[in-house]
Amino acid sequence: MAIDTAERTATKTTAPQQPAPRWRNRESLTAWLFILPSLIGFLIFTAGPVVAAGVISLLNWNLFSPPQWAGLRNFARLGPDPTFWSALGNTAYFTLLSVPLTIVVSLALALLLNQGLRRVAVFRSLLLLPYATITVAVAFVWIWLYIPHDGLVNAVLGLIGIDGPAWLISDGWAMPALILMSVWKSFGFGMVVFLAGLQAIPQQLYEAARVDGTSPWQTFRNITLPMLSPALFFVIVTSIIGSFQVFDQALIMTNGGPGTRTTTLVMYIYRTGFENYDQGYAAAQSLVLFGFIVLITAAQFTFQRRLVHYDN
Amino acid sequence: MTTNLKHNLVVFTCFVVTALTLTPVVMMVLVAFQSDTESMAATPSFWPSSWHPENLTRAFDLVPLGKYLLNTIYFAAGTTLLETITAALAAYAFARLDFPGRSWLFGVYLATLMIPSQVTLIPQFVLVAKLHGIDTWPGMILPHAFTAIGVFLLRQFFLGIPRDYEEAARLDGANRWQAFVRVIVPLAVPVIATLAVFKFIGQWNNLLWPLIISNSDATRTASVGLQVFQDTNGTQWNLLLMAATVTTVPLIVLFFLTQRWFVRGITMSGLGGR
Repeated sequence: MAIDTAERTATKTTAPQQPAPRWRNRESLTAWLFILPSLIGFLIFTAGPVVAAGVISLLNWNLFSPPQWAGLRNFARLGPDPTFWSALGNTAYFTLLSVPLTIVVSLALALLLNQGLRRVAVFRSLLLLPYATITVAVAFVWIWLYIPHDGLVNAVLGLIGIDGPAWLISDGWAMPALILMSVWKSFGFGMVVFLAGLQAIPQQLYEAARVDGTSPWQTFRNITLPMLSPALFFVIVTSIIGSFQVFDQALIMTNGGPGTRTTTLVMYIYRTGFENYDQGYAAAQSLVLFGFIVLITAAQFTFQRRLVHYDN
Repeated sequence: MTTNLKHNLVVFTCFVVTALTLTPVVMMVLVAFQSDTESMAATPSFWPSSWHPENLTRAFDLVPLGKYLLNTIYFAAGTTLLETITAALAAYAFARLDFPGRSWLFGVYLATLMIPSQVTLIPQFVLVAKLHGIDTWPGMILPHAFTAIGVFLLRQFFLGIPRDYEEAARLDGANRWQAFVRVIVPLAVPVIATLAVFKFIGQWNNLLWPLIISNSDATRTASVGLQVFQDTNGTQWNLLLMAATVTTVPLIVLFFLTQRWFVRGITMSGLGGR
């Protein structure tokens, strides 16, 4: 969530030195006492597993028999594995559609709520509700909404003369159905961030624009969008990272099907590790997922320098 | 006149969009009260033609939903409490106390922030399995109670508290612990609450970890319980959606009670991106 800020502060962590060196030994002792409860747990359950993931990816291991050294063979297996490529493709498809859609919906609703409404907080809360529901629970309702022929979605489409597809059991429409549900589930987050960003734009800028007689589109293009770009950038980065890890709704609504049409990377990792008990291969896949996230985030930070406008 | 028209148009659009957004949640509740035949008819009906509140007890009879909800509270509250307390303590040391290796160690915490949870999933599972922690509360809770994000966010906040506040307490003879408890923690209550609300809701939603660690009703959470419900009872829509309603309502109530912190947390993370 705070990845970008994290990197920023990592370069300037050193705070001013303490003025009283004679306290130093006692202070270090106190410091370690404060840190220890967190540090022990962190080393065992967070940092340790990160290192262990690297080691396990080099093993041939099913948890029940002793592990065997596999070298880089687990990574080499990815190349000819059609399910891996299909999972990668599905995840990319999901990301390429769900992220832009979520951003557009979030931004449109934030702009709508920012039109000087009296009960903004009420609408904001109600629109944020899907974001605060249990994914598994609402996934069931969406299965119901997507029932072929006479489900609610197709009933509404029927009103405007469209014969809706069989959605979750259709080869071509299962993924778009998951995407629509995911946009519904997550747009509230971006909407709240954008609304806060919009409310922070100084009104003088808009007044100046009005005096100059600029059109609403020019005002949006030249004032709102640049002023909102840090928030936009943040939501885009977190949405892409989140959508690369999509799992819950795909497991519940389609179980990866039809065929492997909606099998995502995380679902494939889950199947490899916990249904086929191929822990080494699953660890290798998880590191590849991590690699993709790093690459995409790095690319975004490169673009950021050119496109994002920061105040100072 | 035109501004009035524009205002009405905005309000109208807001109502339409909100109604559309809430439709799935409303439908979940409506179908939950339909009769068996109505909810499983070939042509689904939307408004129940008769109301069946007994579906609530029937859903509880099919699977131990009460137990699952209690387990979810254990899981979510356990991880939240443990993470919030240990993170606040560590964050204070990183923000205020000087010790050799401080920036280096903080760097290690930061380095894990970007790593997706799927990378640690398999080693954490192996570790818990080797320690015989499968289907136990320590096995459920401990691996998810020590992420770096809490330490990072609280340290940022503590750095912003003027040193003078604490110095005053220290001159009155308070030691570091007393200064932390009496000065720092009270000032940080809103941030700690925000962190806690996010962690709690996130863990309430967590499916993958309970799915692999809990394999009996002893630790099964609501998310996994719903999946079991679907597996064992097929698509008996009224009862399935009643179970979904029962597990979602507590979270929705919590959301409305804590939304001040919830919204604050979102904007904090968003504008913190600067």
